[in-house]
Amino acid sequence: MEYSEIMVRYGELSTKGKNKKDFIKQLGQNVRKALSSFEGLEVKAQHDRLHVTLNGADSDAVMDRLKGVFGIENFSPSVKVDKDIDAIKETAVAMVKEAFKPGMTFKINTRRQDKEFAYDTYQMNEILGSTILENVPGLTVQMKHPDLELRVEVRMNGVFLSGETIQGAGGLPVGTGGKAVMMLSGGIDSPVASYYALRRGVKIDMVHFYSPPYTSEQALAKAKELTARLAGYSGGIQFIQVPFAKIQETIKEKVPEGYLMTVQRRLMLRLTAAIAEMRHAKGIFNGESLGQVASQTLESMAAINDVTSMPILRPLLSMDKTEIIKVAENIDTYDLSILPYEDCCTIFTPPAPKTHPSLEKSRKYEGYIDVDGLMKEALDGITITEIRPGDNYLNQNEDVFAELL
Amino acid sequence: MIYFDNSATTKAAPEVVDTYAKVSANYWGNPSSLHKFGEQAFNLLEQSRQQIADLVGAKLSEILFTSGGTEGDNWAIKGTAMAKREFGNHLITTEVEHPAVHNSMEQLKQEGFEVTYLPVDENGRVSADDLRAAIKPTTILVSTMAVNNEIGAVQPLDEIAAVMRDFPRIHWHIDAVQGIGKGLADKIFNDRVDFVTFSGHKFHAPRGIGFMYKRQGRKITPLMAGGGQERNLRSGTENLPAIAAMAKALRLLLDDEAAKVQRQRAIRLAILHHVEKFPNVTIFSKDLPVFAPHILCFAIAGVRGETIVHAFEEHDIYISTTSACSSKKHVESSTLQAMKVDDGIATSAVRISLDEHNTMAEAEKFNQVFDELYTQFAKLS
Repeated sequence: MEYSEIMVRYGELSTKGKNKKDFIKQLGQNVRKALSSFEGLEVKAQHDRLHVTLNGADSDAVMDRLKGVFGIENFSPSVKVDKDIDAIKETAVAMVKEAFKPGMTFKINTRRQDKEFAYDTYQMNEILGSTILENVPGLTVQMKHPDLELRVEVRMNGVFLSGETIQGAGGLPVGTGGKAVMMLSGGIDSPVASYYALRRGVKIDMVHFYSPPYTSEQALAKAKELTARLAGYSGGIQFIQVPFAKIQETIKEKVPEGYLMTVQRRLMLRLTAAIAEMRHAKGIFNGESLGQVASQTLESMAAINDVTSMPILRPLLSMDKTEIIKVAENIDTYDLSILPYEDCCTIFTPPAPKTHPSLEKSRKYEGYIDVDGLMKEALDGITITEIRPGDNYLNQNEDVFAELL
Repeated sequence: MIYFDNSATTKAAPEVVDTYAKVSANYWGNPSSLHKFGEQAFNLLEQSRQQIADLVGAKLSEILFTSGGTEGDNWAIKGTAMAKREFGNHLITTEVEHPAVHNSMEQLKQEGFEVTYLPVDENGRVSADDLRAAIKPTTILVSTMAVNNEIGAVQPLDEIAAVMRDFPRIHWHIDAVQGIGKGLADKIFNDRVDFVTFSGHKFHAPRGIGFMYKRQGRKITPLMAGGGQERNLRSGTENLPAIAAMAKALRLLLDDEAAKVQRQRAIRLAILHHVEKFPNVTIFSKDLPVFAPHILCFAIAGVRGETIVHAFEEHDIYISTTSACSSKKHVESSTLQAMKVDDGIATSAVRISLDEHNTMAEAEKFNQVFDELYTQFAKLS
């Protein structure tokens, strides 16, 4: 079936009274960005629906991209027909035939915007229903939960027929939730947390700590590659790498072993908060899940969180590891996350970190190092990379290998 | 030379050998090494995996490399038996499987597992109803081949899939060694199958390499314990030159697959319709859509299969008795036996198996030689 347009239904944003306009505008922009590589497409974001007029573009490829855009509840590829009852009948029969499987049930659902049209919704349901029953043997009508619901919309500019409703990504359009920074390590959790942040409409900048030579170039490349995957949901993400080796070395030298991890985390959070402020971000996201590791007990969180009053948002807080892995697999980050490169969290980890650090002692031991001086040095050394969807960081030889394969 | 024994093995394609040589020379690092030689090798390994995943419509993590078809079959079967032992001990397969499946089942029988062999009809195919009737609460695995290696029967995979959908917890393995590149991808990679095994040398890749599709989330116990390669499921330093070569061979194989399949089918039918005219000839892989496009099995009554093979060899035409594995053991075909073909005629069976490079001219030459040999054989009996 050659489709003429994709009709997109909005998610939660339909319910948000006064912000609705902004949401629709943002979603329109995001959809345009996601579909920018298709020529001749038209995207119209209206108050109740968004319409993508294909003008000949490949509908499967377009729908694939739409699946990654947050703020879309679902969408239906539809065929535009002239307001001629015979033409409508013909297309309706063809669509049902294409989807038909033995024993299938169906119903017709007509909506009429053009009140001048010769038939009302009741008559349309009746006419099309009986025509389809005559032409597709083995099909039966069922009003509740049919296998196939043929939607017919009589609009001013034509009649639109659609049979399929495809689930969208849900959530809110990226950009409507303000801006935050994300602490991205390269493990399994932080990319999943990034996904949830983006899904709630928050635009994120990635903050990644790297400590050469304790961590490898590959670990950095892996974090960037993960960012490139996540950038598919937002069009592009700024990646901020923060040099952390000197701070780690100093902490290792000055701070008692039980508090190495807590003090390192405090410094990471201080740096992240400073970066967030510089970039006018309003919050910090991370991939912490309560009780998962030593730094993620309630006491640890209290001892670390102490360094900033900026909201710290933890989308994975109450999720089990197995649930997190499932999401990671679905969003295609799991395979990357499990690549075995040392990252900054696995080095300088004491054999027995305090799972219940005291706030007092954390403050005291942090005082053994020159926090301001070290922070200034680190912030002076940051590098920012703009990462686009599909960018390649891990496999620099991709083209050479493609020749071989 | 006319090579009509492609189900035994295929000739490695020159481009594939070239990739093998280049990878051996240039990317010899161990993919597990941390330095750049290792990293490059690792990237090539994963890019090869991605290419294969894309070609068969799977996810990256669903493709696992093995040493070939025999290992893949052993792994899918024994790995399931070990992983799912606590849920039951009943395994189901068919009477016409390759020895790699059959003998794995027999080994497990020795270990206390119960095995049901599904019977086949006159075309060597099982019935989905028989499968449904054989399933018990203790069933943990169903293993069915895609294309029979001896006569080319395609098992009713769509119907089997329909039965298996009602039993989502039972593992389903398809041995697709003879089924790749033969226009059967939709049947093999259906929405229900859990494990599919392949062998590289059956599609112009080198020996000693193969791959397994494993549906995401399905559990299997490793047979090879060691350094944790292949996502901890199949240890052993990866055979990177062969893996890259196989990825290339698969790309070449599947390029313009439909046209290649049509050509093989036409050649098969040209020979089939020629030899079937002779009174002493029995055709086992008939002109029916349930047979694969590339395999033709027939017998000349009164002449031993080996004699036919050697007679053609004198004319530089290479065919085989029913399968390369059994052809040196003087046993008649197990598939024909399962089809209740008389032993006398089964020992006279030979197999022609085509690849995408065979031509209609070769079929004509074969038919010519066949006429000559048939007359010669007729004098003997």
